[in-house]
Amino acid sequence: MKNIRNFSIIAHIDHGKSTLSDRLIQSTDIVSDRDFKDQILDSMDIERERGITIKSQTICLPYTAKDGNLYWLNLIDTPGHVDFSYEVSRALASCEGALLLIDASQGVEAQTLANLYLALENDLEIIPVINKIDLPSANIEMVKNQIEEDLGLDPDTAILASAKNNIGIEEILEAIVHKLPPPKGEPNAPAKALIFDSHYDPFRGTIVHFRVFDGRIRPKDKIMFMSNKAEYTVEEVGIFQIKRIIQDEIAAGRVGYLIAGIKTVSDTKSGDTITRKDRPCEQAMPGFKDPKPVVFSSIYPVSTDDYPELIVALEKLKLNDASLVYEKDSSSALGFGFRCGFLGLLHLEVVQERLEREYDLSLIITAPSVRYEVVLTDGTTLMVENPALFPDPATIASTREPYIRASIMVPDKYMGTVMTLCMERRGINKNYQYFSSNRLEMIFELPLSEVVYDFYDRLKTVTQGYGSFDYEIIDYRETDIVKVDILINAEKVDALSQLVHRDNAVFRARNACDRLKEEIPRHMFKVAIQGAIGGKVIARETINPYRKDVTAKCYGGDISRKRKLLEKQRKGKKRMKMAGNVMIPQNAFLSVLKSKE
Amino acid sequence: MRRNGFIGDTDTDTERITNAVSSKAGIYLHIPFCIRKCPYCDFYSTSNLSQASAFVDALIAEIRMEGNSGAWGAVEFDSVYIGGGTPTVMDTRAVLRIMGALYETFSISDAAEITIEANPATLSKDQLAALRKGGINRINIGIQSFDDANLSFLGRIHTGKDAVKALQLAGKGGFDNIGIDLMYGLPGQTPENWQKDLETAVSYGPAHISCYMLTFEPGTVMDNARKAGQFKVPGDRVQASLFLATARMLVQNGYDHYEISNFAKSAGLRSLHNAGYWNNRPYLGLGPAAHSYAPPVRKANVRSVRRYIGRMEGGKSPVESSEILDIRQQMMEAVYLGLRKADGIGYVEFNRRFQTDFCDMFEAVIDRLAKKKYLVADADKCRLTLEGMLLQESIAGEFIQVFS
Repeated sequence: MKNIRNFSIIAHIDHGKSTLSDRLIQSTDIVSDRDFKDQILDSMDIERERGITIKSQTICLPYTAKDGNLYWLNLIDTPGHVDFSYEVSRALASCEGALLLIDASQGVEAQTLANLYLALENDLEIIPVINKIDLPSANIEMVKNQIEEDLGLDPDTAILASAKNNIGIEEILEAIVHKLPPPKGEPNAPAKALIFDSHYDPFRGTIVHFRVFDGRIRPKDKIMFMSNKAEYTVEEVGIFQIKRIIQDEIAAGRVGYLIAGIKTVSDTKSGDTITRKDRPCEQAMPGFKDPKPVVFSSIYPVSTDDYPELIVALEKLKLNDASLVYEKDSSSALGFGFRCGFLGLLHLEVVQERLEREYDLSLIITAPSVRYEVVLTDGTTLMVENPALFPDPATIASTREPYIRASIMVPDKYMGTVMTLCMERRGINKNYQYFSSNRLEMIFELPLSEVVYDFYDRLKTVTQGYGSFDYEIIDYRETDIVKVDILINAEKVDALSQLVHRDNAVFRARNACDRLKEEIPRHMFKVAIQGAIGGKVIARETINPYRKDVTAKCYGGDISRKRKLLEKQRKGKKRMKMAGNVMIPQNAFLSVLKSKE
Repeated sequence: MRRNGFIGDTDTDTERITNAVSSKAGIYLHIPFCIRKCPYCDFYSTSNLSQASAFVDALIAEIRMEGNSGAWGAVEFDSVYIGGGTPTVMDTRAVLRIMGALYETFSISDAAEITIEANPATLSKDQLAALRKGGINRINIGIQSFDDANLSFLGRIHTGKDAVKALQLAGKGGFDNIGIDLMYGLPGQTPENWQKDLETAVSYGPAHISCYMLTFEPGTVMDNARKAGQFKVPGDRVQASLFLATARMLVQNGYDHYEISNFAKSAGLRSLHNAGYWNNRPYLGLGPAAHSYAPPVRKANVRSVRRYIGRMEGGKSPVESSEILDIRQQMMEAVYLGLRKADGIGYVEFNRRFQTDFCDMFEAVIDRLAKKKYLVADADKCRLTLEGMLLQESIAGEFIQVFS
């Protein structure tokens, strides 16, 4: 056990975590250069394209240190986005230490702080690494000051590196070996292992990623998950070295995977404890919680025929993503679908993209909503996150909505624009604090619903990409929520309804009408688009009809071509949604979610 | 001249036209040569006339091949349409040789309508007389416009004067069943300009007038020029008003508006051959890019003179693609084509053919569209109004949605 090190890399987006992981993997020779593709741990297309890591992956690196001994370095990759802090916390709970990666030009960002706090909560040993030191804009002294003053860490322990150009990599490996403690644990005690991730393999079923704290896990063991008492017989255990490498056992202190014919995907919960049925441990690992969704949206297949595929896809996705929750939903315009709960807006986008790419589904996502607390005049309290279930305003005594504490770090020249943005979003400025001479952290209390509505995009725009953002949910507060309906030729399209603050209702309704006017094609008849609260119309747009669409000639050679065109149009129409006689393309549903620049 | 004189015998003729599944059929000959390709045209043609002689041999070989196959043995053909391309650029003797081969091979009724398409620029009196004498009894002249500026925009090789001369020559050559093609909705064209073309046309009293709204077919030179912004196309409102004005004007002058773009001086002067397409009648297409329809099979020949000649010289079939239409597809075509006609879709014929009840099947669509005055459901047929004709594609789409 003394030759094992379990560690993570924590960083703000784009500070170079994936590149550093790549260098560590390359310098330990487990993949040939020929097989190497950049950002090898980011195996999903979305991750490589967006440059963020969504699924944590683990890799076991054999490293011969300068002291001549062979060490096994388990790099537990963590997701890099604010929505996934629970995933990060589970990964960190499986480690003894972490590399805290900071970009030499950008310095400490909102997420650097958030992740550092998570690591400290898990008692991890921290090695600061200042990355991208060879960039002309690097300011090592500034970052060192921030490490000392803002993070309270010893700046002298910081390693200077450039993952891209292979600078400081050996130093980092040596620091992992010498500065991070080896894992503790009793190999002969009853088995106790933490599930920190799992993924689905179409041939083997659920592959559970875990860290053994006590005892050992071997093939043929009868194991039990402590949260739900589900029992399985282990078929195979092993470690990850890009590929799965089968082992005889995974003993205390080590990280590995197990395959146990687990087909019921919802049985595998990250944060759960694995023990042995015949000799269980006394206490489960602390910190297990069912992830709580805060953003809700309905997902419908564009083609109603795809509903069964959507069921299967969500089940499989749920295996890889313990934080995704969903239940059946239905809409008169869109048919059957699912009401889904997400950890945040990025999580929603990631789920949508994965469903579309990995499962080849074409989807319609409704406007994201938060969960409101509605107290009725008869005293009952409801939690409502689906506009379709919002009660009649006449029966509502009061409504409350979730608030967040948002931390925004920006160069101070953007202070004014950020302030304006947050005020527009009903934010309350609590305080701000300078981190260096020209960077500050601004703290706002904001309704979560305002952040859900294209806040990231706007923040990026108004700070020209320099603003960073992190948040936590603090409480529920009194609010005034109305349901804005969209009517197309007087017919209400339920899937386009939104719950919004009364002050924003007109703006949102206008924006939605405007967007729909752009997306809905011209018809044979006039199309009226209206936004309304109850029976009161607050916004409207009109799409004028076209006057002719006839083809001048149709003779022998034209007939087949014409018919094929009609068949193609018919298929196209099937993919459109109907509101009365009006065809609404898939994009229209998405477009109302975005405000106009 | 119609040999047994039934032209004008409206009842007989109408019956023939609306009888959708008939043992009778038409023959289409595609002569793929033009002196110059018109920039808007997407029919298959070439201006390389050096292949003309080999082509005639190939076409005759195809006629013989079809004859030997026996597939059309029991069919009586009552129309032949020599189209293209510009058939009149060919040597008249070649045309007559082809006609001879047709008569030798197939059963063509005495009263058959035999049409040739002609370009006003390539006609001579002797040629016309020879064609007429050779049994061709109908001529369709691609006049397009009497206005030189319009003709130049359309890339035509003739002038307004040539057009008038062609009309006169055709009459002198013995043709009394003369059709002309006109085009409207040209960039910058005023309603007055179009009205003038129509008036000129009517003043010569042709038996048949086809009025085509300028359409930009993908891949044509003109479509590319449009996309490149070289001219501005009239909006759909302008085009719609031109269409309505055309129908009004020609109907006022006694013409029968029997298909979206087609007008006959009397019901008996409708193009029997073209009506065959809209009535789902079988047709035998010969020549490169020609299509044949022997329900439920549709075939298309290779779209290249060179390959066509090659195939025929090698004794191989010129068919490049073929499809078998299922009932749903046949119904789609019947609806789409039926809605192009003033006679619309006749219930008896449709119900017999598809073993269904048209009115029941499309009740909701019919009601909805009838309320908007896009169509009229008569006791015996369902047909589009003028406003409906303008939206024929969308309306056909709504019908088709019902059985998808």
